[in-house]
Amino acid sequence: MARKMTSIRQNQELIRLPDFGNIGVWLRVLLGVNLGALLVALAANNALSQLPSEFAMLAATVEPPLIASLVLLYALRRRLENLGVRLAVSLVLAIALATSAAGYLLLAPLQALSAAPAGILRAMFWAALAALLLLRYFSARARLQSPALAEARLLALTARIRPHFLFNALNAVLAVIRSEPRRAETAIEELADLFRVLMRDNRDLVPLSEEIELARKYLNLERLRLGERLQVRWDMESCPPDAVVPPLMLQPLLENAVYHGIEPAEQPAEINIRFARRGEQLLIELSNPAFAGSGDHPGNRMALANIRERLALFFDLEATLETETGDGRYLVRMTMPYRSGDRL
Amino acid sequence: MNAAPLAVLIVDDEAPARARLRDLLADIGAELPCVVVAEAQDGLAALEVLQQHSADVALVDIRMPRLDGIGLAQQLAARPGGPAVIFVTAYDQYAVRAFELSAIDYLLKPVRAQRLLEALRKLPQGSADAAALRRLAPEGRHHLTSSERGRVLLVAVADILYLKAELKYVTVRARDRDYLVEESLTALEQEFGERFVRVHRSCLVARDAIAGCERESGPDGETRWVILLKGAAERLAVSRRQWPHLKALLRQE
Repeated sequence: MARKMTSIRQNQELIRLPDFGNIGVWLRVLLGVNLGALLVALAANNALSQLPSEFAMLAATVEPPLIASLVLLYALRRRLENLGVRLAVSLVLAIALATSAAGYLLLAPLQALSAAPAGILRAMFWAALAALLLLRYFSARARLQSPALAEARLLALTARIRPHFLFNALNAVLAVIRSEPRRAETAIEELADLFRVLMRDNRDLVPLSEEIELARKYLNLERLRLGERLQVRWDMESCPPDAVVPPLMLQPLLENAVYHGIEPAEQPAEINIRFARRGEQLLIELSNPAFAGSGDHPGNRMALANIRERLALFFDLEATLETETGDGRYLVRMTMPYRSGDRL
Repeated sequence: MNAAPLAVLIVDDEAPARARLRDLLADIGAELPCVVVAEAQDGLAALEVLQQHSADVALVDIRMPRLDGIGLAQQLAARPGGPAVIFVTAYDQYAVRAFELSAIDYLLKPVRAQRLLEALRKLPQGSADAAALRRLAPEGRHHLTSSERGRVLLVAVADILYLKAELKYVTVRARDRDYLVEESLTALEQEFGERFVRVHRSCLVARDAIAGCERESGPDGETRWVILLKGAAERLAVSRRQWPHLKALLRQE
């Protein structure tokens, strides 16, 4: 079974496990359980003024086992993915039951609750119910987001990348075709490679090295018309060699950088690209000289919105894309979970 | 049609794009004799080239550093005797829409010989059509130009504090220094009437630059009103004729 976050493919099971390494999943679990606790507190409530303290009592019982389960699930997430769905769901339930029982036994003396079997069973019942409801919720959400719908959105987004540079590149090729036929040949070959990638099925994560190769081909084409005006500095020192990333993120950003940072510059100007691994995060930074008004050009905003949406489809809340302007440069910073190609 | 070949100026920041246009002009030479009088890598360089050469037509790229194609066309429209302008642009949906809306003809890159020939044959007379340019760029010129020893300098209109008519020129006082501009104060007042206000027969002041006014005694012993500026120490005399109008304006603000 392909992992949910690395591939957006059809998957028909009734229950699917969410990625317990995803902050978005944690947030939703915490919110969901606490909302449930609030409802329970409301149902048992007699005087509204007592509600906050009653809820606090309940939360104090619920939170420790909940967080313990999440930590356990986070630690076991790779192993869970390799189990069958039934087994994995059973394991999740077992963890919920065990932590709630342990939590009750440990916390009961502090809260002056009876350690009677009935109390423990009640805690375990609520925990199992919450776990099942949440698993159902995540499955429904995954089905809503991931299969047909997300796929269509992703394909539409990829297709929308503007081929603005196609016409410029063709013009440059036409210009050198008489004087430097060899160079024109190479350029057309690179153009073909680029479009092969643009038009392929871009649903899966691809090796970062492939993205970089594509970016170099694109920059070669731009160099044909811009010559020395286009300078690029690659900082790959702390770049993980095995990383995989969503396809076609780099090229549109470079296209923006050329359009807004190189073309308006009177002197040769430099684009800086930096890759780094920060723990479990992959960081990609791209900067170019900033000129008045270039940041909020409609074309630029559209390209950024497009990339942001595709990042969200691949990584939910765990990927970010920020821009900033300072020191005369415009910077785009992308972070996403670091995924190694070896584990695919 | 006259027998002399058409004098063409090519303005594009990309060397291959210029080479391509030169090749195409040579290709259509049998049907329409052309001579490339010069090439320039942006609008400002084109203005400099035009101080020495005269051209019948300029093939002008839109996106260029320093002064872009539309800026160049605006400068050419503001002076007599400039070349006609044909815009050349790579596909850019925003630019193309603007051209369509303002009914300005343009060539799309990659340019084809036949299309270039057609455009050169139905060349508009004189420099770019001012009305069409205003539709294309309603906000008007962003710069005035000033010539100094063969070089052309851009003066951002936003940086101008006041304009003063001298004998043959207009002196432009910008934030950093003075520039000489070869345009008439009347024409500038018409073009930038929103931005500048006349305080004297020979002086326009940027509304934004006015700090206040004061009464002082003039050199002839009579008292008069002067304008104080933000960012400059000069005091600009207000003529009797302009004072009532200016007083009303200052009161509004």
